[in-house]
Amino acid sequence: MTKTLLLAATAAIAFAFPAAAQTVAITNAKVVIGDGSQPVEGGTVVIRDGRVVAAGPGVAVPAGVRVIDAGGKWVSPGIFAGFTRLGIVEVDGVDETNDSGASNAPFHASIDVAPAVNPKSTPIAINRAEGITRAVVAPDNRGSIFAGQGAIIDLGADMDAVSKPRAFQFMEWGESGARAAGGSRAAAYATLKNTLFEVRDYIRAPGSYTDRGKDAFLTRADAEALVPVVQGRTPLLIHVERASDMLVLLQLKKELPGLKMVFVGATEGWTVASQIAAAGVPVIATALNDLPESFEQLAASQSNVGRMTAAGVTVAIGTINQDEARQARWEKQYAGNLVALTKVPGATGLDWGAAFAAISSKPAEVLGMGAEFGSLKPGRRGDVVIWDGDPLEIGTSVTNVFIDGVEQPLDTRWTRLRQRYLDPKEGALPKAYQR
Amino acid sequence: MMLGALAGLAACDTGGSRAQSASSDPAPAAAGGPGKGKGYSHDPFPSTYHAYPGTPTLLTNVTVLDGEGGRIDNGQVLFRDGKIVAVGQNLATDGATVIDGKGKYVTPGVIDIHSHLGDYPSPGVQANSDGNEMTGPVTADVWAEHSVWPQDPGFGRALANGGVTTLQILPGSANLMGGRSVVVKNVYARTMQAMKFPGAPYGLKMACGENPKRVYGSKGRMPSTRMGNIAVDRATWARAVEYKRRWDRYEEKGGEAPSRDIAMDTLRGVLEGEILVQNHCYRADEMAIVMDMAKEFGYHVSAFHHAVEAYKIADLLKANNTCAAVWADWYGFKMEAYDAVPENLAILDKEGACAMIHSDDANGIQRLNQEVAKARSSGIKAGMNISEEHAWTWLAINPARALGIADKTGSLKPGKMADVVLWNGNPFSVYTRPEMVWVDGALLYDAKDPKRRPVSDFELGQPGEGDVK
Repeated sequence: MTKTLLLAATAAIAFAFPAAAQTVAITNAKVVIGDGSQPVEGGTVVIRDGRVVAAGPGVAVPAGVRVIDAGGKWVSPGIFAGFTRLGIVEVDGVDETNDSGASNAPFHASIDVAPAVNPKSTPIAINRAEGITRAVVAPDNRGSIFAGQGAIIDLGADMDAVSKPRAFQFMEWGESGARAAGGSRAAAYATLKNTLFEVRDYIRAPGSYTDRGKDAFLTRADAEALVPVVQGRTPLLIHVERASDMLVLLQLKKELPGLKMVFVGATEGWTVASQIAAAGVPVIATALNDLPESFEQLAASQSNVGRMTAAGVTVAIGTINQDEARQARWEKQYAGNLVALTKVPGATGLDWGAAFAAISSKPAEVLGMGAEFGSLKPGRRGDVVIWDGDPLEIGTSVTNVFIDGVEQPLDTRWTRLRQRYLDPKEGALPKAYQR
Repeated sequence: MMLGALAGLAACDTGGSRAQSASSDPAPAAAGGPGKGKGYSHDPFPSTYHAYPGTPTLLTNVTVLDGEGGRIDNGQVLFRDGKIVAVGQNLATDGATVIDGKGKYVTPGVIDIHSHLGDYPSPGVQANSDGNEMTGPVTADVWAEHSVWPQDPGFGRALANGGVTTLQILPGSANLMGGRSVVVKNVYARTMQAMKFPGAPYGLKMACGENPKRVYGSKGRMPSTRMGNIAVDRATWARAVEYKRRWDRYEEKGGEAPSRDIAMDTLRGVLEGEILVQNHCYRADEMAIVMDMAKEFGYHVSAFHHAVEAYKIADLLKANNTCAAVWADWYGFKMEAYDAVPENLAILDKEGACAMIHSDDANGIQRLNQEVAKARSSGIKAGMNISEEHAWTWLAINPARALGIADKTGSLKPGKMADVVLWNGNPFSVYTRPEMVWVDGALLYDAKDPKRRPVSDFELGQPGEGDVK
């Protein structure tokens, strides 16, 4: 990340800071930094002004601050969900509540999910109550290989959800890219090359770039949105699954080294892991894809993440087109399963620290924001979770969630429905009166 | 969730199994009809499944969860000739191969009552999409087994990663009456018949709610509403009752045989109790209506599948002796899934209703032990006391009962099929995987032996062939 970009990013997110950040010291904790290291017992985490001051053993507790004795429990950075559609969908099957894609829109690359994010959507509260504190939110493509501009959001209970709008451009490649481009991979490639060409035209003379409307290959707005991508200031997240498709993109990156490519999905990534690593392209992978669900995923294996990581690729976990509007919470379970693989002969998994990093610091690093989010290193956002056990183990719950240093409510529709129906029988009044 | 909004229809049932008896020759009896149930073949596609050879095996030093709620710490399981011989401690080795499972768990094989493996296989291309006959709201004449592709790579994943030994493959839920289900052993074969669970009753997949009304409403035909769903159901059941009366009379008294109607054969089977209703249904109010409709026409709903609001009517389900097969924590993907809670299964269980886990998903079926672990921990956090051994009934004896095969599998009881999983740790932990899986006493997966790892025809010669997956 260039210094200029860092400043720009900081400015862009400054407005989203909540006001009520506390100074908190969490003591007697089993501390998970989130950077890939293993947990350390007897540690302290200090949050001040919405950021982590220090975390680990031997950290002094400032005088006069709120102290939470964790009683030996686990304390970690909040989970950073690597790829989601959180906050832009309430019910997938109810179109009016689903802002992930726009089939009839004239715009594509310029679509910006940020204004569609609803901090009060049910999935945000449910995921917050399970320790998810940040998320990559991507639009879904319709009628173009370009889906639009995604955001980084927090899952706080306030109304300022967007931490960084227009954090990346999202593009479909492979089978879905081919479909969007008219029916073939070759057409998708032609579309991409032509788009880059037109964006350069726009950069040379934005004033004379003609907007040809819906029939154009690239509207003025779409061209403008792609300028920071072409100039290497904004990452281009590319959904790609097949090994040969990844190699085509890596070749393109040689021609355009400024492009900040990130692969999303990458089911067959393990078969070309050394090339991905050499190109320095990070990956947001589906954790447990092991079925040949399509002909571009024939080599699917749960060892994909482990093998790519072992080859030196920076790999984060995301929920790519798999319940991505609601179930970022499953990423903890997915990461735990990657640890389980270390006991399966012939499989490659991740050790515990690496598995946790894949859902905390790695997503932030992949997006170029590792200095801001995803770990308990000093200066990071105060996204901190106290757990009643191993956060990757089934059955572990959160006890406290802080986002930007603000302690969060943990009530959801789930807890309300459960309270009402724990005894399903009706009492002196109908259930509608019981709350 | 691969199948999205159309996925899932299931029902559980506690009905006893009634083996599909091949019809004997339809030669008329001397003084009347061919005899009860003999007017036409009830088993035209019989199972040709056979158990593979196994070695007599004693698993020792293991924690045994027997699938019916029993637990033995530091226990043993002995099986031979495809059957469970004994479960306990200090069993005689008796020449069996001894496997020391210190620190490990042994359970009966996982049973998934709701799968679309084979009829919505991988790869999920249109050419393989054979799960929903979406050309009419009542297709009781279709049989899922005629769609099942035995080369689906998903079967092998479910075995190796999930310890699944038995599964029910259902038609999809686009239709009110989607057709017959088939129960299979999770053993690869050249034909569907060679996977078919011997003696398992058929199921009838029914669906209420959003899917049928959306699919047919969008085609401009009935049903387009929930009331339309029930209207079409009732009209169909009324015909089925009449069909059954005509065939019963003919089979008893002879005369001219009534016209055959393949769809009505299935519904007659339901009314006879020979075919078990597996009913996709989400909302509590709709499940209540369906149970009354069943009473109106004289059938029984074995299980509601998905049943995300079952917890709201746990007492009603118990009173009707109808099971609920549910996910641990799916929610919100469609309107009728909006009120899902992760305590659903635990609340049903606490209220004494028959409840179980199901997958409806080619990925989820690989982790049903984790789904049960999630459902159990949600119940525990809500204040319930649920032991590991009790929770294991949710993917063992309970689905076996709902499928009518509890006399054959679903628990580690002497004489039952030796469908057994040795887990490399506690299967309620995310860090645990199957280590060895036996079906009818045959070792069909061994994590330590790449030769005991199935590779379907489709995956031969492909990238990643024979990988751990």
